[in-house]
Amino acid sequence: MLITCPYCGPRDVIEFTYQGDGNRQRPQPSSQDLDAWNAYVYDRLNPAGDHNEIWQHSGGCRAHLRVVRNTLTHEISSSGFARGDHKAARHRLETKS
Amino acid sequence: MSPRRTETGGRIDRLRTIRFTFDGTPYTGYAGDTLASALLANGVTLFGRSFKYHRPRGVLTAGVEEPNALVTVLRGEVREPNIAATMVEIYDGLVAVSQNRFPSLAWDVNAINQLGGKILSAGFYYKTFMGPVIGPLKGTRFWMFCEHFIRRAAGLGRAGTAADPERYERMNAFCDVLVVGSGPAGLMAAKAAADQGQRVILCELEPHFGGSANWSGETIDGTPAADWAARAVGQLEGHDNVRLLPRTTVWGYYDGNTLAALERVTDHKEAPARGEPRHRYWAIRTKSVVLATGSFERPLVFPGNDRPCVMLAHAAERYANEYGVLPGDRIALFTNNDSAYRSALALKKAGAAIVAIIDVRQDLSSEMRKLATDAEAEILSAHAVVATEGGKALTGLKVQRFDMVSGALTGDARSIHADCLLMSGGWSPTIHLASQAGARAEWDAARQAFLPPKPTQKWVGAGAFTGSFSTAEAIAEGRAAGLSAAGATGAPTILPVVEAAPGDPDPAPVFEIKAKGKSFVDFQHDVTAEDVRLAHREGFVSVEHLKRYTTLGMATDQGKSSNVPGLAIMAEALGKPIPEVGTTRFRPPYSAVSIGSLAAERFGDLKPERLTPMHDWHLANGATMYSAGLWYRPMIYGLAGETIEQAYVREAKATRDSAGIVDVSTLGKIAVQGPDAAELLDRVYTNMFSTLAVGKARYGLMLREDGLAFDDGTTWRLGEQDFLMTTTTANAGKVMQHLEYFLDVIWPELKVTVTSVTDEWAGAAIGGPKARAILAACVKGTAVDNATLPFMGIVHGKIADVPVMICRLSFSGEMAFEVYSGAGYGAHVWEALIEAGKPFGLVTYGLEALGTMRIEKGHVTGAEIDGRTTARDLHLDWMLSKKKTFIGSAMMDREGLIAPDRLQLVGLVSLDNRPLNGGAHIVEELDEANPHGSIGHITACCYSPALGKHIALALVSGGKARHGTRAFVSDPLRNRFGPIEIVSNHFYDPDGSRMHG
Amino acid sequence: MAEYSALSLLKNAFTGNKDWKPAWRKPDPKASYDVIVIGGGGHGLSTAYYLAKEHGITNVAVLEKGWLGSGNVGRNTTAVRSNYLLPSNTRFYEHSMKMWENLSHDLNYNVMFSQRGCLNLAHTPAQFDDYARRGNAMRHLGVDAELMTVAEIKRLVPALDVSGSARFPILGGLMQPRAGSARHDAVAWGYARGADRRGVDIIENCEVTGFLRNGDRITGVSTTRGEIRAKKVALAVAGSTGRVMQLAGIDKMPIESHVLQAFVTESLKPIIDTILTFGMGHFYISQSDKGGLVYGGDLDGYNSYAQRGSLPIVDEVMSEMLALFPGLARVRMLRSWGGVCDMTMDGSPIITTGPLPGMYLNCGWCYGGFKATPASGWCFAWTIAKDEPHDFNAPFTLDRFYRGLVIDDKGQGATPRLH
Repeated sequence: MLITCPYCGPRDVIEFTYQGDGNRQRPQPSSQDLDAWNAYVYDRLNPAGDHNEIWQHSGGCRAHLRVVRNTLTHEISSSGFARGDHKAARHRLETKS
Repeated sequence: MSPRRTETGGRIDRLRTIRFTFDGTPYTGYAGDTLASALLANGVTLFGRSFKYHRPRGVLTAGVEEPNALVTVLRGEVREPNIAATMVEIYDGLVAVSQNRFPSLAWDVNAINQLGGKILSAGFYYKTFMGPVIGPLKGTRFWMFCEHFIRRAAGLGRAGTAADPERYERMNAFCDVLVVGSGPAGLMAAKAAADQGQRVILCELEPHFGGSANWSGETIDGTPAADWAARAVGQLEGHDNVRLLPRTTVWGYYDGNTLAALERVTDHKEAPARGEPRHRYWAIRTKSVVLATGSFERPLVFPGNDRPCVMLAHAAERYANEYGVLPGDRIALFTNNDSAYRSALALKKAGAAIVAIIDVRQDLSSEMRKLATDAEAEILSAHAVVATEGGKALTGLKVQRFDMVSGALTGDARSIHADCLLMSGGWSPTIHLASQAGARAEWDAARQAFLPPKPTQKWVGAGAFTGSFSTAEAIAEGRAAGLSAAGATGAPTILPVVEAAPGDPDPAPVFEIKAKGKSFVDFQHDVTAEDVRLAHREGFVSVEHLKRYTTLGMATDQGKSSNVPGLAIMAEALGKPIPEVGTTRFRPPYSAVSIGSLAAERFGDLKPERLTPMHDWHLANGATMYSAGLWYRPMIYGLAGETIEQAYVREAKATRDSAGIVDVSTLGKIAVQGPDAAELLDRVYTNMFSTLAVGKARYGLMLREDGLAFDDGTTWRLGEQDFLMTTTTANAGKVMQHLEYFLDVIWPELKVTVTSVTDEWAGAAIGGPKARAILAACVKGTAVDNATLPFMGIVHGKIADVPVMICRLSFSGEMAFEVYSGAGYGAHVWEALIEAGKPFGLVTYGLEALGTMRIEKGHVTGAEIDGRTTARDLHLDWMLSKKKTFIGSAMMDREGLIAPDRLQLVGLVSLDNRPLNGGAHIVEELDEANPHGSIGHITACCYSPALGKHIALALVSGGKARHGTRAFVSDPLRNRFGPIEIVSNHFYDPDGSRMHG
Repeated sequence: MAEYSALSLLKNAFTGNKDWKPAWRKPDPKASYDVIVIGGGGHGLSTAYYLAKEHGITNVAVLEKGWLGSGNVGRNTTAVRSNYLLPSNTRFYEHSMKMWENLSHDLNYNVMFSQRGCLNLAHTPAQFDDYARRGNAMRHLGVDAELMTVAEIKRLVPALDVSGSARFPILGGLMQPRAGSARHDAVAWGYARGADRRGVDIIENCEVTGFLRNGDRITGVSTTRGEIRAKKVALAVAGSTGRVMQLAGIDKMPIESHVLQAFVTESLKPIIDTILTFGMGHFYISQSDKGGLVYGGDLDGYNSYAQRGSLPIVDEVMSEMLALFPGLARVRMLRSWGGVCDMTMDGSPIITTGPLPGMYLNCGWCYGGFKATPASGWCFAWTIAKDEPHDFNAPFTLDRFYRGLVIDDKGQGATPRLH
């Protein structure tokens, strides 16, 4: 599997560390909503198909990427910096399906 | 002259005689021979024994799909088992032995298994060996008793235990077009892509490029096909953009068009050249792939089809044309398709007598009749072989009239005298890599074969791989595939002209002749047609059930020749077409791969070693090292005759009496810098860091998001926006990733950078009553007195002219300092400190003494912060700031995390003055015979020189409430039981007066 | 249907093996059942078996989307052990171990459970203490465990490199002698045959495509072979849990599906007579009765339903293998495959009522589901029959995560890929 890092170009999966479901929303730090915290920490989307994921280029520039990857075929349809483009990635996911 | 070698022909080098042994008998062959061809040339017919019945077996094929002729190759003590003799190139001094036989290949006692034939049917072991339900053999005992003998009878070759002295290496290769297979299709594809300027890699699993051109006897562009291929290879060699890899099996097609290949670099050599690896593992990332992997000829299933000297037709053709070896003098052929006629003629030309061509079909084309006439062979159309005769070699066969539609045999059996029977059951394209790439194969009723699926990754197929079995088609498709893979269309061109023998590529749909006797489908695993039908009767009808129940296709040849016949027999039993039974999805590897090659450079060197700058000094000064993760750290600096305990007690005592120094360079160190650095630390630590003054350090605790303790360490404020965070050695990487994740994903608005500086700083911790005096004696540029360097203060100065940073903090409980210098000067500063300490009785101490002093102080480490404990469990709740939120603060008070019976940190004192053991459990009531009722366990223990007692830290249920009570240590693993007192974890100097000075 | 025995083998041999009957029937689905078990793998089949055997509930259908046993029961490395650290796990897996010890008799099907032991190798003093803690925890629950010295280990597995010059020298190990391995497919087939003999309908090639509901309550399933109603619908679909729960409208679970690869070498004469695990990586190995070395390592590390592995893990696993057995460099890897593991947030399973009325959930087996097969089915059958958990599975709830009652044997926290 090759993942394209916006800094470094296409790199082998061995250079990356998986950080899981990219749809999780961390509650505001002051939030007292324990259910929201629990959902954030423990619950995951686990789709069979396109998945919005966070990967870290840990063996490279160490940036975190947001990657849309198909869990049935391992095909990657988009990748970009995780920072700030959360909404864009969600949008891509939604318009695809 | 060898009995079966032809006078001329073949591509062997008859001027170079090679000497080798098989089962201790010396033989000779020619350069270019395989072990199989050389032994055949010497008249050897018996190569091995089958897995289950130990039936005598000869060689079936001439290639990688060989199921029978498996040998062990010996190089001194080093053994390589289960190698197909068809894939071993002989070299002078080759030593090969047969396998799975006792006492010898010719006389194997386990051949008695054949008598149990009907009992030892497929899956028989599921139905028996269960043993009695009561008595001494109940439970699993009877089975294990039987299994003992089954295990010894099973298995093929024996693996060695001597370490392999050879080297393996890895190549990461990148190209535009990878061509797999170098027959006419592959050669054309490689040339077409290369001419487009593409970077091309061409892999061929055999020693020579050319594939079928090497033995087909066809004429291409007016020259023998083999010469045409050699010329094409020569042209490719002239291209700078082409890499040719012979003896290279592409065995895996992984995601992202990454393919894995194994190059056998020196297996065919008497000794490797200097620096050569035995195998080279290629990880090839390519833009596109041309699959020109050809096809396999299938055996026919009929009684006695496994007898030595029964062989695939094209294999015999190869032996004759490529190696100058005739597998028999009187050859019969049994076929359901036209390709065998070409084989017959080739063998006739090579000097054999073709006694008969037995064809299941009634109607034969005039071209085939002509070929048979040319071969001077009798045609027995609408006939089938119903039996073979002979022991360890074939002596004859029996044929009967056969009706292809009904499968009925009629008339009297006729005997034919022959010493070799060749069979051809049609051809299966080698679609393994395409299937691995992720798609399902499709059945083609005309070809009676699974054809490659539509690509799911970027590959193009060509030649026999696609079901186009003629060389002319291979050439056309090869060129087209090469162009297509190169992304080009290419002008029409004149293709090489092939003069080939005619023939229909479609076989008759006949896979099995049902007659009395064992008809083998999977030769190596002894799976018969009856076994397949038994699986059907018992309901194991899907292809995967068939495989798993009968072990069909699970042998070392992976069913390359048996899968389709097995499926066909099941389909017939079910009365369904073959594709409805299912198709097997192939998985890597295509053929077995040496484990050494996959480990490659990590063979003998699994993980990097991390050494501190003072490592050599430790070794030179008597340290006993042990590994801590990837690091090596001193355990003790033992004196002559000292035990480990004596050494660490001496080191700890000397530290508390005068001073000790320890290497702490392995601690994780992270530079946290930027306008929001303090804010970040406030968020990740449970306690406040924004209030920390510049030039001061503070002990900090981190929680995970789920509210459990994560890591601890001191963080130093070197400037307003500049912090140096330290972490435990074990968690350095995890903490770094934790910070990066939050900064990059959750809080991108924070202006902070984090940089791992673990390897940039060397650290030495010096502690004890004389520690300050030692520093005063060697530190220049700053005072180190209480006013300048108070507890948790930081100063900058020089030691032996090297800039150092000194923080006064203590893990040992003594007045102590951590001295950091640039890693390159670590050993220099260390030696200066040792020198300065000499008049003060400074000792070096290792991890054992470090652990002892931290246990005496009751500090926690990874044994207590074990991922299951909370700050409260460890009595660190005083560090949980109420003035702010932090990672884990929202989750840390959930019901399960505040339950009163949780394991909490306590101290233990041994009341019987005997040592305690790490991992021992604590019980309220001792029961040595039947240990039960654990209330906790020891996390760390030592003999405390300060207390003169054996003490421990422990995690005990409801721990704090138990202070002052007695309990027992219960350690059945080491048979250590005895009384203990539960006390506070702060054994030594609980108010910290020594540390604060 | 005939009992299996040496005698029946002999008898059938004389009649040319013509009289063997199918190990299980191939019925069409009925319109309704008392219980539908979704998932014809080890856990689903054992659940059906124990529903019939222990609770007399025989009007049961097991629905399998492909061929029976096509999931993880046929894709694992067949280790059976109960050497856990935390009591909730140890009690459950030891219950399973005791069932394994009598399983062949119970099923009248030889599942070839062979108690050749499971040895965890320790390479640092801290790790040795950790193993001692675990071994003692087992002993205090009546489970067998022993520490082994390097010399004892060398005697047991002579091919192992126990030299001090190894990159991670072996300091000792923790052995559970009663642990062992079994023939994985036989477990599925044995339970299928046993359940079938008690009247359970096992329906292959029947994929669940949706749930029938009455309000919140689950009242049946729609399948590729029509609608089937049931009083109770139980899920035992392991790696597919996420997918099937989505059909019920639950798209988030404390689970991620990950690929785990396994490997087997060509057949060899006996060389490793126990199950062995490496302490400085994630590697385990044993040798099958046929002679193949069966081994595996870590997860590929990303969500996947593809049952297909990646190359870097292959290299990693082989490297770790040779770190222990440098003599095996010339042995060859013959097959590899991938299974989809339902990894939970604490590495422990879920066997519970709910989360919807009429639904029962069995999932989260991470890489440990095979050894759990008997106890998982037994506890799940109890939970389905009685609408409450047995003591053995009472800790394995879905809400334990929220309540801070995780059962985290590895101490890794809420990161499903590290357990």
